[in-house]
Amino acid sequence: MALYSEKVMDHFRNPRNVGTMENPSGVGEVGNAKCGDIMRIYLKIDNDIIQDVKFETFGCGSAIASSSMATELIKGKPVSQALELTNQAVVEALDGLPAQKIHCSVLAEEAIKLALKDYYDKNGLDYDHSQFPDCENCAHCHAH
Amino acid sequence: MQIYADNAATTRLSDTALNAMLPYLQGEYGNPSSLHSVGQRAQEALTDARTRIAARLGCEPMEVIFTAGGSEADNQAIRSVAAWGKKKGKTHIISTAFEHHAVLHTLEALEKEGFSVTLLDVHEDGMVSASQVEEAITPETCLVTVMYANNEIGTVQPIAEIGEVCRRHGVFFHTDAVQAVGHLPVNVKEQNIDLLSLSGHKFHGPKGIGVLYARRGVPIFPLIHGGAQERGRRGGTENIPAIVGMAAALDEACDHLEEDTQKLTALRDRLIAGLSRIPHSVLNGNREHRVPGTVNFCFEGIEGESLLLLLDDKGVCASSGSACTSGSLDPSHVLLAIGRPHEIAHGSLRLSLSPDTTEEEVDYMIEAVTDVVAYLRSISPVWRNLEAGIQEFIIK
Repeated sequence: MALYSEKVMDHFRNPRNVGTMENPSGVGEVGNAKCGDIMRIYLKIDNDIIQDVKFETFGCGSAIASSSMATELIKGKPVSQALELTNQAVVEALDGLPAQKIHCSVLAEEAIKLALKDYYDKNGLDYDHSQFPDCENCAHCHAH
Repeated sequence: MQIYADNAATTRLSDTALNAMLPYLQGEYGNPSSLHSVGQRAQEALTDARTRIAARLGCEPMEVIFTAGGSEADNQAIRSVAAWGKKKGKTHIISTAFEHHAVLHTLEALEKEGFSVTLLDVHEDGMVSASQVEEAITPETCLVTVMYANNEIGTVQPIAEIGEVCRRHGVFFHTDAVQAVGHLPVNVKEQNIDLLSLSGHKFHGPKGIGVLYARRGVPIFPLIHGGAQERGRRGGTENIPAIVGMAAALDEACDHLEEDTQKLTALRDRLIAGLSRIPHSVLNGNREHRVPGTVNFCFEGIEGESLLLLLDDKGVCASSGSACTSGSLDPSHVLLAIGRPHEIAHGSLRLSLSPDTTEEEVDYMIEAVTDVVAYLRSISPVWRNLEAGIQEFIIK
């Protein structure tokens, strides 16, 4: 069996929403180059809806595919729904990830959460801090 | 199109080796330990293969022990001398930080059993020196084990000089020559080598077969206890087809060594020149002291696994030292040992050529790598930061 599902390979080879964004409503970045993966998510939010999303990823095939899939899952959705995106949803939508690659989906979830947090902070909106990840160290994600 | 550029991982079985093996996979299935004629024909094949391999290594046939591969040979070499050392109160072993895991993990196991291990620092060009070895030798040292050529970056170590130092200090010297035999001239006597490991499938022989050369007088203990095969040094019925195939492959490799080296060196240098044109890339390992076919580069701002997958889509089979391909959090210990920081080591690529490789394939690989690196950089937040001057380039 191949390392990755066809879905993963499709999103890796043809990533959706890849790129950058002028004047984003929020930006989130997780990971560090030392660990071998970094994701950056840009959000354009209007009327509480995610109108557009872009990502840039430094990382392995599953990191790129997870970013691509995660952006697809939140595009056009209300902010409240995007906040509920879990890494499991990303994994399922990709038809699974190898056990040692699950952390890539966690990074995708957390990058989106941090971009939303950035949006809240920029706009002075109140939020529940416990909903957001602690990205101080790699072990946090890689422990998954 | 498929270009196989992962010959340091394994090689295509040569037709010569295959044809040599076929009779022993078919009609000649005897056990060399049997006294009847079917068995004795297998015994003759075994003796013939042993004699030919010994001639290529510059040793006596009885100094050749067949094993199931390079890893077993490494384990047995180190464990044997360690067992002897323990009896003599010599429990110090010297090696290097960039050995193959068959050596490093055996040494880790011995550390748990009370041995002390010195791992020599590797210079940033991928070399260790005989003087480093000499400085590390103590009265307790029983063994020095230094690889002949590194499997990831291809640098060739000053084996004869290290062997001379060991001889002078009365310390046994082992070299993991898995990446060297069949690719570089090897002579165990001239190079003062006491123990040497080799593996058949690295020079177009079959998998699952290797040799431990042990100079007469070096204490050798079996890892596999069983029958009297290999003079009691390795139990188990000999893998005659593989042994015969390995001997044929080695003969072929050594017969063509000069022309293959010439051809491969030209291709390798063309590849190095082409990949060096990629901005913020760096060759890993000394430019001169390297095996003819191995090229290893780091590209800043990208990660190796995605590079490999996209190269595979373009028909290029390569390998990388990124953490994602190693199955651990850390990238290649070899690249870390030569001082590459983690973020650079993640973006490594090894291309290892064979005499089958053509100039057109090299040019295609240069183009494919250039394109894939540029694409991955275009979607990399690290590259964006580097270009924007937010982060400083590590590879200038």
